[in-house]
Amino acid sequence: MSKTTGNTRTGFYICHCGTNIAGTVDVEKVVDYVSKLPNVVVAKHYKYMCSDPGQEMIQKDIRDQNLNRLVVAACSPFLHERTFRNVASQAGLNQFFFQMVNTREQNAWVHLDALASTEKAIDLARSAIFRVAFHKPLEQKKVPIHPGVLVVGGGIAGIHASLTLANAGKKVFLVEREPTIGGHMAMFDKTFPTLDCAACILTPKMSSVKNHPNITMWTYSEIESVDGYVGNFKVNVKKKPRYIIEDLCVGCLDCIDACVYKEPRFFDEFNQGLSKRKPVYIPFPQATPQLVVIDPETCIDFKSNKCKKTCVDVCERKAIDLNQQPEHKEIEVGTIIVATGFKPFDASGVPYYGYGVYPNVYTALEVERLINASGPTSGEVVMRDGSRPEKIAIIHCVGSRDKNTNLWCSRVCCLYSLKLAHLLKEHTHADIYNFYIDIRTPGKMMEEFYYRMAEEGTKFIRGRVADIYPDLTDEVHRRLIVKAEDTLISEIIKVPVDMVVLSTGLEPRADANDVRRMFNITCSTEGFFIERHPKLAPVNTFTDGIFLAGCCQGPKDIPDTVAQAGAAAAEALALIDSGFIELEPNTAFVVEVDCSGCKSCVPLCPYSAISYQEDKKKAYINEALCKGCGTCVASCPSGSIKQNLFEDEEIYSEIDGILNYTNIYEVSECC
Amino acid sequence: MLLDENKSQSGSQGWQPKIIAFFCNWCTYTAADLAGVSRIKHAPNARVIRVMCSGRVDPQFILDSFAKGADGVLVGGCHPGDCHYQEGNYKCLRRFQLFKRVVESFGINKDRLRLEWISASEGDKVRLVINDMVAKVKALGPLSLPKKFSEWDKEMNIIEEKIAGKEEAVHA
Ligand SMILES: Cc1cc2nc3c(=O)[nH]c(=O)nc-3n(C[C@H](O)[C@H](O)[C@H](O)COP(=O)(O)OP(=O)(O)OC[C@H]3O[C@@H](n4cnc5c(N)ncnc54)[C@H](O)[C@@H]3O)c2cc1C
Ligand code: FES
Repeated sequence: MSKTTGNTRTGFYICHCGTNIAGTVDVEKVVDYVSKLPNVVVAKHYKYMCSDPGQEMIQKDIRDQNLNRLVVAACSPFLHERTFRNVASQAGLNQFFFQMVNTREQNAWVHLDALASTEKAIDLARSAIFRVAFHKPLEQKKVPIHPGVLVVGGGIAGIHASLTLANAGKKVFLVEREPTIGGHMAMFDKTFPTLDCAACILTPKMSSVKNHPNITMWTYSEIESVDGYVGNFKVNVKKKPRYIIEDLCVGCLDCIDACVYKEPRFFDEFNQGLSKRKPVYIPFPQATPQLVVIDPETCIDFKSNKCKKTCVDVCERKAIDLNQQPEHKEIEVGTIIVATGFKPFDASGVPYYGYGVYPNVYTALEVERLINASGPTSGEVVMRDGSRPEKIAIIHCVGSRDKNTNLWCSRVCCLYSLKLAHLLKEHTHADIYNFYIDIRTPGKMMEEFYYRMAEEGTKFIRGRVADIYPDLTDEVHRRLIVKAEDTLISEIIKVPVDMVVLSTGLEPRADANDVRRMFNITCSTEGFFIERHPKLAPVNTFTDGIFLAGCCQGPKDIPDTVAQAGAAAAEALALIDSGFIELEPNTAFVVEVDCSGCKSCVPLCPYSAISYQEDKKKAYINEALCKGCGTCVASCPSGSIKQNLFEDEEIYSEIDGILNYTNIYEVSECC
Repeated sequence: MLLDENKSQSGSQGWQPKIIAFFCNWCTYTAADLAGVSRIKHAPNARVIRVMCSGRVDPQFILDSFAKGADGVLVGGCHPGDCHYQEGNYKCLRRFQLFKRVVESFGINKDRLRLEWISASEGDKVRLVINDMVAKVKALGPLSLPKKFSEWDKEMNIIEEKIAGKEEAVHA
């Protein structure tokens, strides 16, 4: 192994990060040690290396001391690698003559033993110093960014992001799985904390999406595959057949009237099954697009082929096509916003609350429909048994903050419980009991909202409900008993009520894992998508060009969802408007003289970036297709494939550095 | 020839194993960062080398680590199906299965070489795996291949000298 080329002059800098690093790692000892290593010209520690004075200090040293290599021991490279690369390049050094040592996240923060932590810092500092000597000057390749954006999910997050981008003149493809956009918000009656009607604020946005010249909206559609990388994604979308020719349907709904089923008989998804629909239906009156859809699961014609097809006959515009096939679309976009939302916790997961057993136990989402003027009962709170409630219990945190279900706080349940308490009182004048663990109402205007609701006479009982069962002693009312410990008076209480509302928490969608794989992003153990950095990159993912918005990233209310959607749109815009992106130069290349032409690398590449040149009998890597995983490099028997930034010498020198294996260096020092 | 023989544990007082860990950028390295952000304390013996994908881990890196004094080598990648590059981790696994047998046949104890799938969200798994591996390697004692190699070199030199001496005697 050869020693490095030329005269290596390395500067080493270790950051205290306040006390984050220096509290555990003895930074002076590290500097003391490192300053004695070969090639090290400067070694310094400083309170905050990423601050302006820290950066200026490094740049001054680079210029004054003619440094040609830079090593910074600080936080994770995910946080500040870019910062220090810029420091290098602004001081006239190629930015890749830099190596970062993760001394905070992977050292000071995870070890208690200061001695061992310092030893580890020294090992890794030495490793980086050995490595950086082998670094080569590299150029980042610029590739143009496709200006189109794909938005996945048409809830309020996807809607807001799409409109922001479209208003900025960008071409947006909005793909929604359901027959209509709107997501959960479209189901609500009013929204906290302002109590403005959800439809009044949402439906205008929905129709703007539909009518916007820059938005292509595909509902009842799924993403089939995603290929490519930031700036140049190729996406396949499948439009499921709704058995309606979209261009011909005018939304007159005559076909629904004409259906051979005179009465609606099937589970109405939008109304949570509180009403019925026909096989040909429109999810709700303001559904966008205003198109009916035929459900092949329930339509007689699909089952037996023996339907009279009255719907087809009645449609003057001949818009019904029962033989419609799925349509496949291929689109190219430069950035993607994932806004797939959440799913409410399945209330039957807490069996002692009796959901699905006692008809008068409801989920919050059902109640949203029940009190909705355009809901199944036109806003009258009439229960499944036909009666109207006089006493109502609202149970908070169902499927949240509980190690048997989900540990996290779903953030919106306290607030929507208060909202429902208010609305139910308004609709029924019933006595309302809120069973809560803690009332959590952070956010602007939220605490005020809580006080306002509390003043209306709703009762608050602090305690987790242990059981719900029928009151067999009262034949007349046939109430349910809600049993809980009131922890403020340390007493078991039993409250008879007519109606129970379960405030279910927010969960990741059931298919979050598939979506994650498709877009090459990551999920937390719970299943919410992970942002690149919780504070500094809250809408970015680890995959460049893919952003997150709304509840798919974690439970949140509508104001936060919209803010996040705007942020995701802005991030996408920033990328698009820069016109190009700079790719990490960590691609692989073949050193032709060493290539034996064995072809073993060719089938290994998942991107088909490697081809075999028949004329030369050598492998060739198409740099534009290579994504830089390095798998071919590791398996080339003749060692003729190299990966920029991860060359063999660079990794071997890291190993040498960690193990302080210096023989070769001593040898080469003298030659 | 058993590389992993520890005839005497003397000199290993206060000894701490050194483990070289090759972590893929997207899952396991991120998980190790997450362990940090969540302040999940664990044994300070692992030294992480970041690679873009576990598929980049050349068996030669592992041999080299052992030969230069590592007491253990840990390879961390994304769970099957989750590799950022589709299937680098499968390639790694395939290679690893074979290679592990080679390493074992050299007489290096199997607990010194480990492959783990740790996803970006599994900060706690980083702790579990590193702690467990450190405990096992501690129980095995130092591997000290560089020392063993140099002792063998010495022996070889002596033998060579002897042979040379004999040859000279023959010639004389
Ligand atoms: C009962 C209840 C009451 C609430 N009340 C309020 C309130 O009063 N005020 C308030 O601020 N917040 C309230 N919230 C919170 C609010 O619902 C959320 O903040 C908001 O709906 C989040 O919007 P979203 O777009 O992220 O997700 P969603 O509304 O879930 O929308 C996601 C959309 O993506 C689609 N989708 C999912 N997966 C895919 C896929 N793979 N491909 C294509 N499309 C897909 C879905 O069909 C859906 O249309 C309430 C929540 C609940 C449960
Ligand atoms: S990127 Fe993690 S194993 Fe391939």
